[in-house]
Amino acid sequence: MKTFCSVWLLLSLVELSPAPPVSQEPPLACTGAPGHAPQSETAEDMASTGDLEPTHYPARRAATVALHYLNTHHGSPFRVFGLQQVHKASAEDVAAGGRKYKLDFSVTDWASGSEGPALRCSADVLFPQTERHSGPEVQLRCEALQQINRTAQEEHAFYQRYISPDSAVSARDIPDSYGNVSEEMQPFWRLARVAASFIMLRESSERTEFNMAQVASVAQQGSSEEQLMLEFVVLLHDFPSQEIIQWKLLASWSPDRGVRVLQTEWQPRCPHATKPPN
Amino acid sequence: MKGSVISVLVVLVVLDRLASGLEHRSYDYTKYHPMDEISTWMNQMERENPDVVSSMVYGQTYEKRNITLLKIGFKNTTPKKAVWMDCGIHAREWIAPAFCQYFVKEILGSYKTDANVNTLFKNLDFYITPVLNIDGYIYSWRDNTTRLWRKSRTAGTETCRCFGTDLNRNFPAYWGMVGISRNCCSDVYNGPTAVSEPETKAVTDFLGAHQNEMLCYLTIHSPSQMILVPYGVPNISAPNYDELMEVGLAAAKAISAVHGKSYKVGTPPDVLYATSGSSRDFARFIGIPYSFGLELRDKEKYHFILPENQIQPSCEEAYRGAMSIINYIHDKNFKSAAVSQTVDNCDCLMDLECKCDDFKPLY
Repeated sequence: MKTFCSVWLLLSLVELSPAPPVSQEPPLACTGAPGHAPQSETAEDMASTGDLEPTHYPARRAATVALHYLNTHHGSPFRVFGLQQVHKASAEDVAAGGRKYKLDFSVTDWASGSEGPALRCSADVLFPQTERHSGPEVQLRCEALQQINRTAQEEHAFYQRYISPDSAVSARDIPDSYGNVSEEMQPFWRLARVAASFIMLRESSERTEFNMAQVASVAQQGSSEEQLMLEFVVLLHDFPSQEIIQWKLLASWSPDRGVRVLQTEWQPRCPHATKPPN
Repeated sequence: MKGSVISVLVVLVVLDRLASGLEHRSYDYTKYHPMDEISTWMNQMERENPDVVSSMVYGQTYEKRNITLLKIGFKNTTPKKAVWMDCGIHAREWIAPAFCQYFVKEILGSYKTDANVNTLFKNLDFYITPVLNIDGYIYSWRDNTTRLWRKSRTAGTETCRCFGTDLNRNFPAYWGMVGISRNCCSDVYNGPTAVSEPETKAVTDFLGAHQNEMLCYLTIHSPSQMILVPYGVPNISAPNYDELMEVGLAAAKAISAVHGKSYKVGTPPDVLYATSGSSRDFARFIGIPYSFGLELRDKEKYHFILPENQIQPSCEEAYRGAMSIINYIHDKNFKSAAVSQTVDNCDCLMDLECKCDDFKPLY
């Protein structure tokens, strides 16, 4: 066994260099070296089709995409959904290329915690296979979403408070390094998460798994068409590459229209560099 | 005159005792502590528990800081079987060092009164490193822009100027195979070579030297709420995978009994994503039979930046999980005397040569 392992080890040193998703790598310019060869990609276990183990990550990855979709449609300053559990999952290759996942899963509201009442959802998530990345396509059905919006009162109070012309909220680091989020910042934190979901959804592939790690900043812009206008800088975490990716975005919100993302801008950083690239 | 001098001395001694007692009682295990406070605390644990605690410096970080562990257990002239725990391989996972400190506090606070912990102290030594990646941890405390740092702080080179190696990809176990990047700016850069980093070498040297005593390797991370078993590389199974899964699932059950949190159990290619060169894999690879990675709270909501008000409940449940694993391993290695006493109770079927460890006792 030991000999086998040593041989395997030796072989591995000779093999091509595998890499996490290229799209999540820090900009090559950060290395400070000219002409860095692009990383080659390995064939991951994207080959899994048929029934999927619901506790394993391919199912969870697809469910997370469906979750981002759910939050873009139904998230608000007082409602963010989190994944509770995947019950069933399957995947199949589709004729046009790409893979379609069928999912049966439950979500809970951040407000009630992961042990709170769960909403049952089913979704089809299609990761297309195209030359250039295009975001996944999601079809989603959740039970009882249309029931009385119990956060309507809070939403209206929040809206009234901040829609006034001289309101100019701004803050940094939500949560702070110790995990604190002030009472006043909670709705902005949730709004940022919902707005970030638009980006996370769009950027997702079978080689990524996104979460929002922190809100670097929020700055209220002048209201427009009776929408709260907020500029966020969010820090997203991608699990496979472990990278922290910074995005600036402009979002609008009102109780009637919900969250819309108007502008997004990737802010590549060289967080590890000794000095900025030339 | 003599009397008043003595009274003054007595008062001073009492005050000093009170102060150090207060200092101990006032160490807040429900807050995150910077490295200098953790170092002071380690000295204090050694000073206050000289019968059962000794510290060992077993390496240096890139920035030349001492890497120190606490060796905890009843002292013995001959080497005892041992359990290893390290926290803080990844700088931003602050709940991990918090857990190591909590674990030390718990066992030191209970070994005199709790029969189970007392037996563990008798038969085992605990080697606990509260912060392994000290340079990275200190960097993550520097300011708001550094909180999410992950790697070590090895300086870049002429060809690649970024700092840091992912220590948990740098171990010599299927090094470089999967889940890594050769770009030194990447958060999963696995180093120029295996064991290129002094922090990695400190661990591989120590585990190598204590291979025969080491029964269990535990490494603490966050987030995700998982118990990871070797190996991180797809299609490579540990020979005792089934047993590791069984032990892991029992630990997850113990965890969920505390505050209802569910922890998934499995190999990284199954439940997380494929990786290579992890410390957990290295430990198993060199023959330490039980090796687990514990990923503590949270999942999506707070992710790395777990609020301080969750430190206590996270540590409570993780403690139960760790103890479940440790007790299983301890009982397997130290209760064989009890098992042989039940030899008559074994359902050995027709085979008189059977070893009764292989069969469930009838009663």
